[in-house]
Amino acid sequence: MSSVNTSPDTDGVGAPVKRKPELPLWEIFIRGQHGMSHRHVGSLHAADAEMAMNNARDVYTRRNEGVSIWAVKSDQIVASSPSDKEPLFEPANSKVYRHPTFFDIPEEVGHM
Amino acid sequence: MVSKHTASSGLFEFLLQMGDNCLVLAHRNSQWCGHGPALEEDIAISNISLDLIGQTQLWLELAGEVEGAGRSADDLAYLRDAFDFRNLLLLERPNEDFGLTLMRQFLFDAWHLPMLKGLTQSSNKRIAEIAEKSVKEVTYHLERSTDLIIRLGDGSAESHRRMQSSLDELWSYTGEMLESDDLDPALISECVVPAGDKVAEAWRQHVTAALKLATLIKPESDFVRRGGKNGIHSEHLGFVLAEMQFLQRAYPGAVW
Amino acid sequence: MYAQIVKTDGTGVKSREDMTPEESAFQQRIDADQKIEPKEWMPEGYRKNLIRQISQHAHSELVGQLPESNWITRAPTLERKAILLAKVQDEAGHGLYLYCAAETLGISRDEMFEQLHSGKAKYSSIFNYPTLTWADIGAVGWLVDGAAIMNQVPLQRTSYGPYARAMVRICKEESFHQRQGFDIMMKMASGSDAQKRMAQDAFDRFWYPSLMMFGPSDKDSVHSAQSMAWRIKINTNDELRQKFVDQTVPQAKYLGLTVPDENLIWNEEKGGHDFTEPDWDEFYAVLGGNGPCNKERLQARVTAWNEGEWFRDGLLANAAKKCTAGEVAA
Repeated sequence: MSSVNTSPDTDGVGAPVKRKPELPLWEIFIRGQHGMSHRHVGSLHAADAEMAMNNARDVYTRRNEGVSIWAVKSDQIVASSPSDKEPLFEPANSKVYRHPTFFDIPEEVGHM
Repeated sequence: MVSKHTASSGLFEFLLQMGDNCLVLAHRNSQWCGHGPALEEDIAISNISLDLIGQTQLWLELAGEVEGAGRSADDLAYLRDAFDFRNLLLLERPNEDFGLTLMRQFLFDAWHLPMLKGLTQSSNKRIAEIAEKSVKEVTYHLERSTDLIIRLGDGSAESHRRMQSSLDELWSYTGEMLESDDLDPALISECVVPAGDKVAEAWRQHVTAALKLATLIKPESDFVRRGGKNGIHSEHLGFVLAEMQFLQRAYPGAVW
Repeated sequence: MYAQIVKTDGTGVKSREDMTPEESAFQQRIDADQKIEPKEWMPEGYRKNLIRQISQHAHSELVGQLPESNWITRAPTLERKAILLAKVQDEAGHGLYLYCAAETLGISRDEMFEQLHSGKAKYSSIFNYPTLTWADIGAVGWLVDGAAIMNQVPLQRTSYGPYARAMVRICKEESFHQRQGFDIMMKMASGSDAQKRMAQDAFDRFWYPSLMMFGPSDKDSVHSAQSMAWRIKINTNDELRQKFVDQTVPQAKYLGLTVPDENLIWNEEKGGHDFTEPDWDEFYAVLGGNGPCNKERLQARVTAWNEGEWFRDGLLANAAKKCTAGEVAA
């Protein structure tokens, strides 16, 4: 997820540079076909939600890529922290019985 | 070129109006490509130009067929001189600033959409088909241009000032759109094209409502600049055509 | 479209022994072909080099609009006009995707624009050459996009996730760009004498600048090694240049155009062409600001930005008003 960690001055020298406020960043999700989930396709800048929607249409569906658009303000996205990766996802590794291949079903029983 | 007051020449003239409007506005908008005020806007205005070029091809192709002289859409776009163009004066105005461009787009879209909607009911099947396709595109154009003029009208002091002065500057060019043509009246009585007053009424309603939301003041002057629909243009069109037609004129008959 | 990275930070590749445990773990992930994602730990040099590379790439897309948009209003048919406009519009889109990818590294788009406008950031030097005839539009699509695609396809596998994903989207969209250029060249090369002359002239002028797009020879490009270890650069400049020459020569032959290089010859032993290197003095002159169109290109961007200020401010002011109105209503 490309939520942004904006630092005011990336040169890392001197005081932060004062800059005019920027048009906010939005994350765009598009449903490519009926029945599919929305997928993150990228970001763009827009003054507000309605404009983000219009811009998404112009920027991300130029080739007829979508049937539905979601726009979410980037700073509104809550993302898991990379440092939490192990406590968040490792425990699931040991629950092998959640997967169908854990169980041996005799062939004569047929498809299950 | 064409003697008026025959059914097919009236229809030909009307189709040229539709096609030339799209062509000249597409030309103006395409001049922003690479120069827009924000990246997203650069992309959006190019989408509008692309729609308009597509519509130009359809209208002028049909015009060529109706004329029956074997001229293609490209022939009509590239090999006519200014006095044979039938676009509105409004659309050949130079871009100057982006506010003027947006205001022009808005004023035109607000006419274009009801006109196309009317044309979807045309007794001429080909016209109805082209209108059907165009309506979808132009619905979005109007939505977008209306949204933007409201935002910028009701935005900062500077954006308000620019939108108001754009409106003031372009206002006298809107009358030409709204006036009934001296085309063959049969076109309307036979339901080929919608009655002009209905389109004008839809335009007035939309524009009045949007300008109010945009906190912009409708100019009081009712002075109308006209001529484009009869081939009497401003000096600007000549330069548009000199640029647009350069290759076709410099290398006659070449295939590109 | 895109071109060489000329400057990168760093002083060669760190050996494993010199790496901190974090750096070592990071390098291991890259070697295992894992993608690095935003907010994950990364060496400062990696982050800085990526910002520079992605933003240079983005700037190149933006400035790259200009030589081509130069011909939109003069395109010779309605169809050519629509195709060219769609293509140049795509370049704006590609710039947008790339700026967004760079933004995930902690730099704002406006800040990157400032770097471009002040002349601090570079863009591909090819766009400082003029487009003088319609055949140039063919040559740009065929050669410049061809060279760019050659550079970009491997970058789909680059180690930084958002950059790689942007490249996937860009490569997918660019597939028509080179073809439209070649299509223009085919028409010109089989057209009237005047058109043929235009085609050869465009080819003559764009051949060496296209070869320059891959950057200086590897032996002179001291910073490539670190970028390659980090997989933000996948092939060497010379590899890609060779590949480009070998791909383009037969296409030129098909068109009936003469490659403007008397020393061009097939080398059976290496399985590729021997060819004359571009004039690197010219390359550095153009890069240093003395190309035919440097001033105009940069000025066009600066003007667009400055004259668009009221527009962006107006939109922000409007959104702020609505926000306040919403709070009052609630």
